[in-house]
Amino acid sequence: MSGAVTAEVADEHGLTREEWAKILELLGRPPTLEELGVFAVMWSEHCSYKSSRAFLRQLPTRGPRVLQGPGENAGAVDIGDGLAAVFKIESHNHPSFVEPFQGAATGVGGILRDVFTMGARPIANLDSLRFGRLEHPRMPYLVKGVVAGIGHYGNAIGVATVGGELSFDPGYDHNILVNAFTLGIAPADRLFRARAAGAGNPVIYVGARTGRDGIHGASLLASAALDAASEEKRPAVQVGDPFTEKLLLEACLELMAGDDIVAIQDMGAAGLTSSSLEMAGRGGMGMVLELDRVPLREEGMTPYDILLSESQERMLLVAQAGREAAVQAVFARWDLEAAVVGRLTDDGVFRARSGGAEVCALPVAALTSGAPVYRRPAEEPARLEELQRLDPAEIPEPADYGQALARLLESPNLCSREWVYRQYDQLVGGNTVVRPGGDAAVVRIEGTRRALALTVDCNGRYCRLDPYLGAVLAVVEAARNLVAVGARPLAVSDCLNYGNPERPDVMWEFQQGVQGIRDACIALDTPVVSGNVSFYNETEGRSIPPTPTIAMVGLIDDVEAHLTPWWRAEGDVIVLLGRTREELGGSEYLAVLHGLVRGAPPWIDLEAEKRLHRVCFAAAEERLLRSLHDVGEGGLAVALAECSFGGPGLGVRVDLEQGVRTDALLFGESQSRMLLSLRRRHLGRLRDLARREDVPLAILGEVRGRSLVIGDAIDLPLEATRERWRRALERRLGG
Amino acid sequence: MRWGVVVFPGSLDDRDTLRAAGRVLGDEAVALWHKDRELGGVDCVVLPGGFSYGDYLRCGAMAKCSPIMEAVARHARDGGLVLGICNGFQILCEAGLLPGALVRNRSLSFVCDLVTVRVEATDTFLTQGCRAGEVLELPVKHGEGCYVADEDTLATLERERRVVFRYTDRAGRPTPEANPNGSLANIAGVCSAGRNVVGLMPHPEHAVERLTGGVDGLNLFRSVQAWVTRGRAVPVAAAPG
Repeated sequence: MSGAVTAEVADEHGLTREEWAKILELLGRPPTLEELGVFAVMWSEHCSYKSSRAFLRQLPTRGPRVLQGPGENAGAVDIGDGLAAVFKIESHNHPSFVEPFQGAATGVGGILRDVFTMGARPIANLDSLRFGRLEHPRMPYLVKGVVAGIGHYGNAIGVATVGGELSFDPGYDHNILVNAFTLGIAPADRLFRARAAGAGNPVIYVGARTGRDGIHGASLLASAALDAASEEKRPAVQVGDPFTEKLLLEACLELMAGDDIVAIQDMGAAGLTSSSLEMAGRGGMGMVLELDRVPLREEGMTPYDILLSESQERMLLVAQAGREAAVQAVFARWDLEAAVVGRLTDDGVFRARSGGAEVCALPVAALTSGAPVYRRPAEEPARLEELQRLDPAEIPEPADYGQALARLLESPNLCSREWVYRQYDQLVGGNTVVRPGGDAAVVRIEGTRRALALTVDCNGRYCRLDPYLGAVLAVVEAARNLVAVGARPLAVSDCLNYGNPERPDVMWEFQQGVQGIRDACIALDTPVVSGNVSFYNETEGRSIPPTPTIAMVGLIDDVEAHLTPWWRAEGDVIVLLGRTREELGGSEYLAVLHGLVRGAPPWIDLEAEKRLHRVCFAAAEERLLRSLHDVGEGGLAVALAECSFGGPGLGVRVDLEQGVRTDALLFGESQSRMLLSLRRRHLGRLRDLARREDVPLAILGEVRGRSLVIGDAIDLPLEATRERWRRALERRLGG
Repeated sequence: MRWGVVVFPGSLDDRDTLRAAGRVLGDEAVALWHKDRELGGVDCVVLPGGFSYGDYLRCGAMAKCSPIMEAVARHARDGGLVLGICNGFQILCEAGLLPGALVRNRSLSFVCDLVTVRVEATDTFLTQGCRAGEVLELPVKHGEGCYVADEDTLATLERERRVVFRYTDRAGRPTPEANPNGSLANIAGVCSAGRNVVGLMPHPEHAVERLTGGVDGLNLFRSVQAWVTRGRAVPVAAAPG
């Protein structure tokens, strides 16, 4: 065993003195350095969820379609035809802030592994990106680096990036968010899990060799706040190799077609340590690892390095005894290494050996299910009451509404994302039906008439103003985006990005967020099947706005019936479903034109939202609709413009009923509204459907011409306005 | 007919190409492994898109050394049909089966977009079903698709009408705006002197179904099918649209 380990060494590993005392008590002796390293990563916030676990239990995770809920590499839902959709979203925030290209690239690589580990072939990626102000000197570098990194990995491994979201807010100036989502398809009865079983079964290491990269990524980079010296943490960021991962993907899927594998887990955060311990822990097993057999990339690596390396593109699997050669043959065909590095035991102890000595002998349960659970103090911050106060009388209406709309359309939060998604392969795999730019992406399920709709949503500004309501609205927005393409929402994967959980105000925000997700997911019948918590998103005491990113997946029974937001033909009638209230709080309009981030976010009535969905489902089923679009950030005027910017590029001529202030009418972000177009002869039937569900319906006008004409307030030429909207981001980034 | 799609490590659009030739066209389509030394009697061998060997070196520089490439070269020398799409085009240039080279896009960024290309030559196996000057809408997705060659090579290509596709606007004008990557003379695809080896950067295999990207690539696949099954002398009726 290695030399003595003291409390000071534990401090350097990010463990608290209480945790150190608990380790001494559990072992009845001081740990070795290797053991301490193992405790540090396994009990890190990133791996143990010690601050969040108690609250996550509130989330609804079951449903008739749920095949796999949280706790595995990814969640899975039944999508019919004997198939499962396997998906998960995960954060890679700190690495992307420290080194944007590799940080974002390995974020994509990591989430892909989580999905194909389950036996699913990944078919679509989404990315939710949040940056600070573009005026911040480092921001264009971060934006360009992250986008290039995502493209680098996704393009080269051959999984289409079909959508995502991008927003800018000063709250992310010092801590950007990169949340990556992958969806794959697997046979519903052949999902692979990370539950070790069968004493004596071999533990096999496959994929890339182990180097010194990423040591302590999970404990020191992901589970602590950033500071001015964060750039020095660059060595803790891993380097991605999408080519090796492509080989690993193909080899794993080939192997999974047979029956040689008992359990499999990706070596992600905390590498060999967490993959072996989590597999053993889930199965109630023990494991012996021979560290000398681990394939290494460099010389002189210590057992400590080998246990904690976060080198990418590696997997650990448990095979049936006697099938080692068969497993190795598959990997050899793909020019990959597969080394038998250990075996399962039934004593519940994790042992690691090196050079004939045992460097670790730890009870598995203590490291996994026995990790600390904290109910940290939570307290509502006093600042909220002041932030939520908004007196409309103090907001002057714009003198020129046309100019106001043009400015909004050029805002980094509302302008076209084409500059981003042009850098991503959106097509590989051949199933992309609706590409980036619509309300949600649509991908065909090959060999069936069905399709899946995917979206990822959150409004950090709403969450800052009201962490509970903001979380509810994130779920609702995601659901509405799915409904807008003709899909029925199925399930959620959430990525909960918050500040330092040791601060009571942050913990309160987190609890509010979880409750919001719970309430909305129960109401909309969309269980949470996978997800990730990312704490410590703060730099020098400034934490990010609470950001519970919601990825949602929906099902379209007949892909031919999917809908898009864009006007299709002149003369079609434009209809607004839902009620517009006088709501300006938290709006993009208030931020861009008045420089204000305040007020209460728009109100939501979840029952009214569901009635709106039912009208849309029925109208879509009866093929009444030519287009359908969610009215979201930027409000009705922006939504009208967006419907004109895509497809054939047709203008609108609409009149607006008064009743609320003109700016609230045009730019307010009232919820539960949909904008649609249809042939005039279908209007009566739509009216019936809306009346049946008690959903307000207003005929706004019709699709006509080549300009955006909204009442007397706005008359903008379509072509020029669209070009400015399309190029705004590129211009702000300096090409 | 029988199509063979080579799977290099890092090939990505191999499945899409197999789907286009197999499921959409209804032909026999087989995957060929890069370690093989025979083509298994296929009529047309396709080198698909992707990042073969990760393309960490010059694109295609590793793939050209694969065992199967000797068989591909032999097939080409014997007048067999060879089609390189995107990474496949890069590999054919690296292997010397097509002239010129594909270098980094002038924008320095990966570009995924729909482009329009004009069919410049209709006497190849890939384009015989097209009308001369027909404009096709096809997707591109590449980081290194800028076609370059020395002046003599370019002159030869033009003189021998070996530029098969050119990036143009919808009206068929080869404008700078229509060129997604900075290719010289807006070249999107070329053929060999024997006209039996064709390479192009756009992806016809991603334009064979109305639902997922249009059908302008279908006619190219049908051209090959007709060339093989009915013989090259028989003209093919252009598909509608």
